[in-house]
Amino acid sequence: MSTLLEVSGISVTFDGFRAINNLSFQIGPAELRAIIGPNGAGKTTFMDIVTGKTRPDEGRVIWGERSISLLKLSEAQIARAGIGRKFQRPTVFEDQSVTENLLLALKASRNPLAALLWKPKAADMDRVQALATQVGLLDALPRKAGELSHGQKQWLEIGMLLAQEPRLLLVDEPAAGMTLAEREQTTALLVDLAKTRAVVVVEHDMEFVRRLNCRVTVLHEGAVLAEGSLDHVTKNQDVIDVYLGR
Amino acid sequence: MTRSFLAKNPSVLAFLAILALFTLVVTVLAEGSGSGVISTSFVKTLGKTLCLCLIALAMDLVWGYAGVLSLGHFAFFALGGYMIGMWLMYARTEDIVIQSLSGSELPPTAEEIAAGIGNQIFGVVGGSEIPAIWHFAGSLPAQLALVVLVPGLLAALFGWLAFRSRVTGVYLSILTQAMTLALALYLFQNDSGLRGNNGLSGLQNIPGLGQVSQSVLSIWFFWASAAALGMAYLLAAWIVSGKFGSALRAIRDDEARVRFLGYSVESYKLFIFTLTAVIAAIAGALYYPQAGIINPAELAPIASIYLAVWVAIGGRGRLYGAVIGAAFVSLLSSWFTGGRAPDIPLGFYTIKWVDWWSIALGLSFVLVTLFAPKGIGGLFDLVQGRLAPARGGADLGPDDGSLQEREALK
Ligand SMILES: Nc1ncnc2c1ncn2[C@@H]1O[C@H](COP(=O)(O)OP(=O)(O)O)[C@@H](O)[C@H]1O
Ligand SMILES: [Mg+2]
Repeated sequence: MSTLLEVSGISVTFDGFRAINNLSFQIGPAELRAIIGPNGAGKTTFMDIVTGKTRPDEGRVIWGERSISLLKLSEAQIARAGIGRKFQRPTVFEDQSVTENLLLALKASRNPLAALLWKPKAADMDRVQALATQVGLLDALPRKAGELSHGQKQWLEIGMLLAQEPRLLLVDEPAAGMTLAEREQTTALLVDLAKTRAVVVVEHDMEFVRRLNCRVTVLHEGAVLAEGSLDHVTKNQDVIDVYLGR
Repeated sequence: MTRSFLAKNPSVLAFLAILALFTLVVTVLAEGSGSGVISTSFVKTLGKTLCLCLIALAMDLVWGYAGVLSLGHFAFFALGGYMIGMWLMYARTEDIVIQSLSGSELPPTAEEIAAGIGNQIFGVVGGSEIPAIWHFAGSLPAQLALVVLVPGLLAALFGWLAFRSRVTGVYLSILTQAMTLALALYLFQNDSGLRGNNGLSGLQNIPGLGQVSQSVLSIWFFWASAAALGMAYLLAAWIVSGKFGSALRAIRDDEARVRFLGYSVESYKLFIFTLTAVIAAIAGALYYPQAGIINPAELAPIASIYLAVWVAIGGRGRLYGAVIGAAFVSLLSSWFTGGRAPDIPLGFYTIKWVDWWSIALGLSFVLVTLFAPKGIGGLFDLVQGRLAPARGGADLGPDDGSLQEREALK
């Protein structure tokens, strides 16, 4: 199996505290992966490293067929290379309408001059409509994102992520603040997306992970503790000790 | 395209109509057109006010939309003024020198003319050599190009250094103040080549237009200022209406998030910073021929801070707010500080506006920031009934910013 993202031997220290400790991770071009682990295990920091927000002290992050090192790229370049990210807290542009939020995320040239001259074509508006329908926000298109409920903001952010058409999606605790029905919808969507691209989901909720029905990586103190199917890792004694046993 | 743009932005059309009407009324009533209801000096004040509205528009673009609180845009304004001032002073002095030398029997040589100009302009700072930076001063097109190029390149260089290092917020504001102060201190020096603290003067006299009276010239400059404001307003409205404007507002609200969408935040900031510096420079180039004189005191760091105050009081993040704020506060300011406002005797103490105006302005800035962050422009929302929905009921989610259940379902 070819790999889309290969992270090897990365370590990060914050003021003497080792948040990521010699961590390695791989994911293929059309694969769903769940990352679980106790609070402070380094899950968000791992995403920060892949997306260029945090620079590791050592290690390599290699991307794509041409094996580009992501460590040399800025956040914006990494995003343009095809890595999209959904944050733990929904972060949408509250002062702008749902349509504007989606148009901003829509795959297109990010160059300032191109943005200045860009006009939405019929196809773009159709795409916005389709995305809004997919995340259940069709009626909310003209509304300011700040007026949406917490759950709706989560969905809007997922819609923006889809609009970017990334090859790798990093999704940090998507189920937070969602109702049971919304969680089921989210798992279905993630499973569906992973048929054509790589999806990494960080989640606390075991039921949610079970429904994803995918390979699981368990993080603990910044390193991989176990990897495999959910049943496999939940039988692992180390995992039971540090995470499930509590 | 243009028609649909105006149709989608009716406030732009309204603004342009009001500006055109205002220009017409001032023209008809001006001394220069015979009626004399408005004195020439007041026409100049109004023309200068339009230039201040123009730089306020630039400030609103860079601060109100992109969230970059530049406290240095008056430096670009003054640089624009210096660049046009160099031509005005040089070309007029050249005319005078040639005229005074025409009495002699032999036609004056180029060296004689140059020496005459050097003596006339730089005598006050104890020099007679024409400094190298005046190389193009004899050519109007060249100096007009420099009005745009010098402030534009300075802004581009400064912005590139600052934004690339991700200097933001208060630190960026302090850096822009430092740049302004450094430039002012440099210009105060006699050997800066720009006549030190004397600055450039006599700028109200336009070379080649000696026979046109100031009353007529004042109207021409008023028109030019109004046209520049109108065009810049149209440009600004176009910029903020599209995806670029959407990206700017997104950068203002959460620049890290914009990076993760793939936008190079630095290039957007650099673009808008440089563009607004150029607009500020054009405003300055129109302002100083109406003011007649420019000196390094115009670059005082406080001027750029006042600019932020105007935009805040007018209402940042909306273009007409900036224009209203600049017009309202600067006209009020010149009334209060011009000694025309009546003193208020309190018995034990007399409030003299000349002294108290800055305090009143500072206080209103604080009050606006605290209690009416939308500024004067917010009044238009009241008229249109565009109020923030009233809050009530339980929170929908953990986010404080989210509205309440009942509103969200509406
Ligand atoms: N910027 C930072 N500075 C200092 N410590 C940090 C920083 N980011 C994360 N940490 C620490 O690193 C550890 C891992 O954090 P995080 O990746 O957010 O964990 P989680 O797995 O809960 O997402 C935590 O102990 C956190 O306090
Ligand atoms: Mg986390």
